[in-house]
Amino acid sequence: MTEPVLEARKVSKHYGHVLALDEADFTAYPGEVVALIGDNGAGKSTLVKTLVGAIRPDQGTILVDGAPVALTSPVDARGYGIEAVYQDLALAPDLDSAANLYLGRELYRIPFVRVLNRHAMRERAVAAFAELGIALPDVSVPVGMLSGGQRQSVAVARAVAFASRIIFMDEPTAALGVVQRGRVLDVIRRVRDRGVSVVLVSHNMPEVLAVADRVEVLRMGRRVATFTAARTSVDELVGAMTGALELSAGADRGSAQ
Amino acid sequence: MTEPRQAAGVPAAEDSPRPVPGEQPSRAPAAWTDVARRAGGRMAAASETWLLLALVIMIVIFTVQAPGKFLTLTDFSLMGQDAAWLLVMAVGETFVIITGGIDLSVGSLLVLSGVTADLYCIHHGGAGASWAAIAVGSLIGLATGCAWGAMQGFLIAKGKVPSLIVTLAGFIAAGEGVAYLITGGADFRTVPNRLVNTIGLGSVLGVPWLIAISFVVAIVGGLVLAFTQFGRYTYAIGSNPEAARRAGIGVDRHLIKVYALSGLLAGLGGILSLASFDSTTIAGHAFDNLEVITAVALGGASLFGGRGSMLGSFIGLAFSTILLEGLVIIGVNQYWQEVAIGAALVAAVYLDQFRRRQRGAGRVRWAALWQFGRQRA
Repeated sequence: MTEPVLEARKVSKHYGHVLALDEADFTAYPGEVVALIGDNGAGKSTLVKTLVGAIRPDQGTILVDGAPVALTSPVDARGYGIEAVYQDLALAPDLDSAANLYLGRELYRIPFVRVLNRHAMRERAVAAFAELGIALPDVSVPVGMLSGGQRQSVAVARAVAFASRIIFMDEPTAALGVVQRGRVLDVIRRVRDRGVSVVLVSHNMPEVLAVADRVEVLRMGRRVATFTAARTSVDELVGAMTGALELSAGADRGSAQ
Repeated sequence: MTEPRQAAGVPAAEDSPRPVPGEQPSRAPAAWTDVARRAGGRMAAASETWLLLALVIMIVIFTVQAPGKFLTLTDFSLMGQDAAWLLVMAVGETFVIITGGIDLSVGSLLVLSGVTADLYCIHHGGAGASWAAIAVGSLIGLATGCAWGAMQGFLIAKGKVPSLIVTLAGFIAAGEGVAYLITGGADFRTVPNRLVNTIGLGSVLGVPWLIAISFVVAIVGGLVLAFTQFGRYTYAIGSNPEAARRAGIGVDRHLIKVYALSGLLAGLGGILSLASFDSTTIAGHAFDNLEVITAVALGGASLFGGRGSMLGSFIGLAFSTILLEGLVIIGVNQYWQEVAIGAALVAAVYLDQFRRRQRGAGRVRWAALWQFGRQRA
């Protein structure tokens, strides 16, 4: 069996009296799209935040390529090639898409005095968008002027441009129309085909089944099942999420992968 | 003001700003959002173009009203010297406003820095102080402004106290408090002659020192804002601090630096004012902050952060300075000047709101899409 690119083992997190994660496990293998699903309050956001370094777990281990790591900040996580596309996109609306792509990682013409190399950033941004099949009319337009889908594309392209291991996408299609949604899913597949894993957090079951290779289900702060997407159904997923389905069978099938 | 000014490099209004080609808002209301979208990043530039146009019209009006008096090089040179410290402070204020903050303390820090600088000089040679003493005094003045600014930045960034409150307190504490404590309420009138005769009254290569210094500061500030990481982070923080934070930018540190820079430039303004007036003028800068903020806002900087430019602030300052000077020349009662500044400030902020609403059109549509997506999911 291949080594997981990113793994959480028995990760717990309390918020006061609330146990958000209760010895939760999570596994992502290289070059796959793994969907992370669960009902509201199942602990998805907390788990994702833990894995991108935004919060520190109370207990448990996070492993990158099999080696335990301490992720103390998102910058830390990025150092390991872990990127995230947040639901609010985290873009600066007054900056253009090239500037947003390189925000915090600018290229310099004269590094000593931090003079920006805007030309290079712009050119590489165009290349990065083209590689993902994203059509932006003009990379020098402030992203506040772009449509929702285009902004989404910028946020995704930023993560893709710098992720060497894995990208987390939190509800990446929730704000989009039908056509744009299809495009984002295409981008996800393309990213996977480049060898970067994608973790897709979504409520949309048909979408999950359409794009994911595997599905991991969280309920009440723990991983309760894993499925191979090709061999499961919406009903089964919903059953696992809600606990309607008792799942030793489902879990077995997943781990058989 | 003894020497006749040559003023070779001063035709501020006509020469320096380069009108940006294209992108005038359309007259057809139907194409509104489309135009807004296409105009994109050039919106700020467009507002500079408009302001420049207004400036030219105003100059024409004043010239017609007072033929032969208004549009002369001497006049521009005098205006440039009178506005030198305002320009220097407007550079710092531009950075602050682009981060989404405001600095009301600039005029007071100017006074306080002038006082601390002169205090040293008085005790080290007085009117006959050597250049070395003047240099040390100036450094003390600059350090005073910088340190006070950094302290304000710390309270704003780390203490999360709104910049309006922190710098209002700074405005009162530094200008009405500390400056009066040090001087005992009476202006220091002993200023080193070398400083006054050179920086205050002298010229370099035919350009008055006050103008040369303030223009160099404005140009350097503009280059830093437009072309360096420091400028980029300034825009990013004003545009979306959370995004900047998640991108790994040290937001708090950057804010402290920006307020320290504003304080430092107010300190420089203090030296220029000291040299120009031959006095600490502790009661003379109470409204500098409003004049500076008006200039920056007129120049297209958004008080909500994320937008603005040094060229815009420069034209904005030229606009308000020429407006005041013109009112004097055509003989309007001087108290109307204060009214004019107030009106200009409100007009500038109104324009900013107007531009934001324009841009908001895109947002509304996006929100609708989001709703739609939610229902489908």
